Amino acid sequence: MATTNCAVTNISRRDVIKTLGLATGFVLSSSVVPKSLRALAGRAVADPFSPSVYLAIDEDGTVHAYLHRVEMGQGARTGMTQMLADDLEADWDRIHLMETFGDVKFGSQNTDGSTSIRMFYDAYRTAGATARHMLEDAAAAHWRVDRGQVEARNHRITNKVSGESLDYGAFVAAAALLEVPDPAWVTLKTRAQHRYIGTSVQNLYAVDFATGRAIFGQDVRREGMVYAVAARPPVVRGTLAGYDRAAALAVAGVLDIVELPVMEGAWGFQPLGGVAVVATNTWAAIRGREALAARFHAGPNASHDTTEYEASLWRAIDGGGEETYSRGDVEGALASSTRRISADYFVPYQHHAPMEPPAATADWNAGDLKIWTSCQDPQAVQNTVGPYVGLEPADIYVEATLLGGAFGRKSKPDFAVEAAVLSKHVGRPVKMIWTREDDMRHGFYHAISAQRIEVGLDPAGRIQAWDHRAAYPSLMEAYTGQVVDAATSFEVAPVMEQPLAVPHMRIRSAEAKAHVRVGWLRSVTSIQHGFAVGSMVDEIAEVTGRRPDQVWYDLFGSVLSGADLTDPDRPEPRPVVAERLSAVLRRVADMSGYGRVLPNRTGIGLAAFTSFGSFTAAALEVEVSESGEVRVPRAWTAIDCGLAVSPDRVTAQMEGAVVFGLTIALHGQITVKNGSVEQDNFDGYEICRIDEAPVVEVAIFENDHPLGGAGEPGVPPVAAALSNGIFAAVGKRIRRLPIGDQLKA
Amino acid sequence: MPKYSLRVNGDTHEVDAPEDMPLLWVLRDLLGLTGTKFGCGENLCGACTVYVDGSPVRSCSRAISGVANRSVTTIEGLSPDGLNAVQEAWIAEDVPQCGYCQSGQIMAATALLAENPDPSDEQIDRAMLRNLCRCGTYQRIRKAIHRAAREG
Repeated sequence: MATTNCAVTNISRRDVIKTLGLATGFVLSSSVVPKSLRALAGRAVADPFSPSVYLAIDEDGTVHAYLHRVEMGQGARTGMTQMLADDLEADWDRIHLMETFGDVKFGSQNTDGSTSIRMFYDAYRTAGATARHMLEDAAAAHWRVDRGQVEARNHRITNKVSGESLDYGAFVAAAALLEVPDPAWVTLKTRAQHRYIGTSVQNLYAVDFATGRAIFGQDVRREGMVYAVAARPPVVRGTLAGYDRAAALAVAGVLDIVELPVMEGAWGFQPLGGVAVVATNTWAAIRGREALAARFHAGPNASHDTTEYEASLWRAIDGGGEETYSRGDVEGALASSTRRISADYFVPYQHHAPMEPPAATADWNAGDLKIWTSCQDPQAVQNTVGPYVGLEPADIYVEATLLGGAFGRKSKPDFAVEAAVLSKHVGRPVKMIWTREDDMRHGFYHAISAQRIEVGLDPAGRIQAWDHRAAYPSLMEAYTGQVVDAATSFEVAPVMEQPLAVPHMRIRSAEAKAHVRVGWLRSVTSIQHGFAVGSMVDEIAEVTGRRPDQVWYDLFGSVLSGADLTDPDRPEPRPVVAERLSAVLRRVADMSGYGRVLPNRTGIGLAAFTSFGSFTAAALEVEVSESGEVRVPRAWTAIDCGLAVSPDRVTAQMEGAVVFGLTIALHGQITVKNGSVEQDNFDGYEICRIDEAPVVEVAIFENDHPLGGAGEPGVPPVAAALSNGIFAAVGKRIRRLPIGDQLKA
Repeated sequence: MPKYSLRVNGDTHEVDAPEDMPLLWVLRDLLGLTGTKFGCGENLCGACTVYVDGSPVRSCSRAISGVANRSVTTIEGLSPDGLNAVQEAWIAEDVPQCGYCQSGQIMAATALLAENPDPSDEQIDRAMLRNLCRCGTYQRIRKAIHRAAREG
């Protein structure tokens, strides 16, 4: 954003100090300037007025926003700026975004879990309101009027007695001398007073994106920088067996060949090992890597094969598994039910495939390390890199660039470790570039999963029992460094969190050892659970001969009030949860004209799911051609996230979530043979193209409930709604993803 | 190492590069023009779309030897005096999410409108089929192309 120049009148500090009776000789503390910023060479940061870690205001009135979360397309930074600016009563065009750097003073910077807006709604508003309050105090002191006689509005403060009005900049120096008030004294605006929150403002990066000026991790350039690519073990925990150093060094532009650290213990965010080629440009590094012809010992995961592994998951499911949740007596209820339905659902490994492959640039200079990278969590970069280079995490300057998509992949900064190790080795800035092949073969994959759901119905067709089994490898080894051999209760919890009026329920998780790195992908395990739960509801409608929408409403209609059903993400009573989920489903049913007469081989599929504190539903109009081609011309989705701070960005997330969900349903599949991932680019791992993208209409709810997330919750209902739409169109039930050729004759 | 001369956004550059170096890396690494993005390296995603003598090409799959003495236009030079109608429309429709593929999308869309000033949805889908967007901004890409056709 441009910072406009404005005339400001400086009120002398002495004036205010006299008025407030403060001691003279007080000097503005430089401690308000973040240490990491001061450490930046050549960077002039004036002593600003900074009553919060989230902002600083210069004496010309410029507001520097220290947004502590990163931008990866989810629109969070636009929304966070809206939250900050609104209660600050700032002029939108005078806010200047600062770099995002890792620092524990911000608390968690892990841009993950659809939390940036909902978890910091109060904090950012309070930061803005506190600064406004202090500026008003300074103004009241200057004009010697009661603070009720001054009013801040759009970067100016008006003396209501005299009518005089001055820019914020005039009061910055004085306000900086005031004690930061207790948040309890600070009055936040009411919802009706908001002028940025709940309003669609333009994406802060729109112009930079349209002109190619936006800088992503892949785009970082530093003086004297060299480039690196690496050959990594194709099998996780494989080790380097040999390589042709001389051949690689013979490639013009290749400067050095450096072995990377071997992975030890739980994988966490560790790099995979292998050997890197450092060169004067990316192409020379790529050519050098080819010449290197690196060979690897395959190691303990060499026999991993997705076909065999799937069979092992079904055997584990047959065996039962560990109970992670139970209510009532599911076995007794199944035994006494009049009808039982059992179905098996399968979802293969998925990959993030952000359009920007991972990249990090590190600059090691005599023990001082700076890193610029497209990471989701700069503190995770500090913490992960530190031990590899012998530095305290807090002493590493880590700046998050814009991320060219991430979807969970860039939470895991293995690539930044590689860059840091290489820069320390060669003593120059190094940009570690992952090619698309590296990205596809060395991911943290969304788990391959098998699920079996058995339900028992009473004579009236009501669901009495829901017995849910799941088998998939856990993401915990990456998340916490704890190795577990089955999905944890945390991972299967989304099943239990759905507000289904089923008196007897059991969830079991069966053994599934991980043989590739498993990570979290946009909406995480709600991908497979949303598909299975949403499909089963439709199957119940099929068996009972009822309309699917009516089965959904019944499931939400008489929910148990069970206080035992806890969901830390959403501490609301279950009937409220059920009502909210029911409402979004009703909305998409209405929008889609559900129940209307449709052309031959066309159907509308419905599904609803709650995740990340929000409630979403999707209705997809699905056409299946005679030859089995699936087309989705239109989709209707709805989200209740309490309040959409940035409605157009939430709309964009919901639109994108449909395409993301369709990619999973139609194409997404990573397969592994002999321990190695078989796909290596977009020809093997296909993502939806423009001709597969439906016209999506989005409804956003607003109410007084706590805020929910928006980046992820749109995804879980999509695959089920598609599958249910296919059933409505042609009577064929999809239980395996991707759909691929299953409908083809 | 061979020397090549090429015109990029109106400026002539001399570069030392092996003959097989893709134009993409010449632009990004040797000339510092990072608006052209690296997405796949295999002519599969369209993020690296630039124009050579006015026609869209995938710079990741076009060797420098074939581009020498020719005129290259990148996103930085698409509209040197500001924003073209497609860029304006992209901003007005707030198309980008992460933004990474959008240089290539805008280059492809501008090329489409030069050939067909008022494309239908189907014609847009056909022309933009090989430009991938993982965020799923496709619906807004269609809208922005229609807007640019209308207002351009």
